Amino acid sequence: MSTLSIDNISMRFDLPNGGHVQALQNVSLELNTGELMSVLGPSGCGKTTLLNILAGFLAPTEGQITLNGHKVTGPDAERGMVFQQGALFEWMSVRDNVSFGPRMAGKREKDWSGSVDHLLDVVGLQDFKEKAVYELSGGMQQRVALARCLANEPDVILMDEPLGALDALTREKMQGLVLRLWKETGKTIILITHSVEEALLLGERLLVMAPRPGRIHKEYRLPFADDGVGKDLREVKKNPEFGQKREEILSMIWDMEEEIMGRTEEAGA
Amino acid sequence: MIILIIYVAIFSAAFFAVRFGARKFRQMNDFTSLKTVTFGDESAVRPDRWASVISVITIFLLWGAFTGSKWVPIHAPGPFVGDTEFTYTLEAPDGTQDEATVFVRVFNVGETIEDRETTPGDGIAKNDVLSVGAWRSQLLLMDKNDEVTRSDGARVVSVDGQPVEPGQTVRVSDGKVAVTAKGSLNFSPATGMQMEPIWLPPPESVVSRVAEIASEGYQNFTLWEHLFWSLFRVIVGFALGALVGIPLGYAMGLSDWFRGWFDPIVEFMRPVPPLALIPLVIIWAGIGESGKIILLFLAALWIMTISARAGVSGVAISKVHAAYSLGASKWQLMRHVIVPNSLPEIFTGARVAMGVCWGTVVAAELVAAEKGAGMMIMVASRFQLTDIVLMGIILIGIIGYGIDIMMRKAETWLVPWKGKI
Repeated sequence: MSTLSIDNISMRFDLPNGGHVQALQNVSLELNTGELMSVLGPSGCGKTTLLNILAGFLAPTEGQITLNGHKVTGPDAERGMVFQQGALFEWMSVRDNVSFGPRMAGKREKDWSGSVDHLLDVVGLQDFKEKAVYELSGGMQQRVALARCLANEPDVILMDEPLGALDALTREKMQGLVLRLWKETGKTIILITHSVEEALLLGERLLVMAPRPGRIHKEYRLPFADDGVGKDLREVKKNPEFGQKREEILSMIWDMEEEIMGRTEEAGA
Repeated sequence: MIILIIYVAIFSAAFFAVRFGARKFRQMNDFTSLKTVTFGDESAVRPDRWASVISVITIFLLWGAFTGSKWVPIHAPGPFVGDTEFTYTLEAPDGTQDEATVFVRVFNVGETIEDRETTPGDGIAKNDVLSVGAWRSQLLLMDKNDEVTRSDGARVVSVDGQPVEPGQTVRVSDGKVAVTAKGSLNFSPATGMQMEPIWLPPPESVVSRVAEIASEGYQNFTLWEHLFWSLFRVIVGFALGALVGIPLGYAMGLSDWFRGWFDPIVEFMRPVPPLALIPLVIIWAGIGESGKIILLFLAALWIMTISARAGVSGVAISKVHAAYSLGASKWQLMRHVIVPNSLPEIFTGARVAMGVCWGTVVAAELVAAEKGAGMMIMVASRFQLTDIVLMGIILIGIIGYGIDIMMRKAETWLVPWKGKI
């Protein structure tokens, strides 16, 4: 079984004034193929840094990432990324955006048109495939981003707050879509979010990170993602266990936020 | 001053007429008409077509009215043309005074007329005749027939009954009379409120000049050849500037070595107006085509370099990351992400550069050229052919405006996503 392994990663940023920020400290993690892990944490806990290291945009100061037995050294098509917003190519139609990966790999149209059309069907954009992406709503744009990532058939999908910029209703629909795509494709997914509910709903595993230095605080294994596949997510939220977990994690994050505030106040005083 | 007051009056009248008078004729049944425009929201302010049309018509009306155009029904009072007269009183050294009449004929310059006839009259001062062109003035040579001349000690003590001293000016009917320091009289007929054609010719003479120069040419080249050469220089200079500037801008946006190397040069050359380079370019390359094209090349180069650099630097890092994680190579990233992403900036730069080039070419031709729109108006101004100057200015404006419209059309066609991200 192929796995993604994060082996004792540390990341230190040097500041121009001579100081430095320890964004991540000794983070270790193993992910099996087909697992969906959501990552939560207060701002400054290094979630996005971790994702950028996984994608290969940043090289860690210590430790290494291994995927399917080889070391990660830079960005690659095997690790797809879905951004919060603004990462679509406005000069291309929806279909050209979705087929970007296969086209860059030099595949001929007959080799990718089937899977691209299928993905456009899955995300419900078949009727919009010739439209320019700037003509679409925010939710539609994120569906394009999802389809574009999937069309490239990556082993791991990294999602950096993919639904963060959407309104509540669209967001709920998109959460259902993410779950469905996860089950259908069997991809390994790491999803960063600010919403505790979203993390609980989507995360088969849930990682809570703590700030300064960024580190793993606690990890959960949750049944809600499996429960939610193909169902009404609001039903899942009614589960008493769901509410209890939400309160637990919320207060955990609140405590961390308060600690940060206290520390900055001390530093200021 | 009067023109300004009239202009403001027309502006206000048209505003109220269209806003309140024409309201019932305009369909106000869509919801956008109910929308409250947020003050300061520039995108919500659309130009009123009526205002534009009335504005252009007003300018032509004022132009016609104050130049006596045959195309405009109403006119400002024109210069006095016709016959008039005034009297002067001469006083001899012995104290005897005598009055003489000056019979004046004012004619349109260019017409041939005959002097008026008169009888000399009696006394020491004799009647005179005087012919003056409209807008001109004429010295009265009264000593020619007066019995006592100024060299005898005679002097003019009053004009039309108004006592005068040397250096004074008095109004007479249909004009004014100035007494020069030496005591002779200088008559200027009333000019009215119209402009003399040498200052501002009426619209019809400008239009007839267009027809004349289009067919017969001016300074060995027809109008179209003059304009063609100006445009040709702009297009070649701009194309060369873009050809060098865009790759240079890309290199500066992508490589810190290129950026470091060229930043001082670009930032130094950017604020130097291209017009300031004209003397140097003339020294280096003479007044021929190569000099003009070098100048326009330099005018376009920095603008295009800076816009290409900004286009590259302006690419969102998430787009670059997305392309890389979709498996794009460096070359593919360049070709499919960075270049298209920079196109809106480059088009903005191209529009600015075309405008600057057009202004620069006209200025360069004003300084020295054998052909071109600027040269045409410069030579015409030396011969006081104001109608050609005006025609040239109007055509230069129309072409500059046309270039900008074409660039904007090309922009919406080639980079439809501009401003929509």
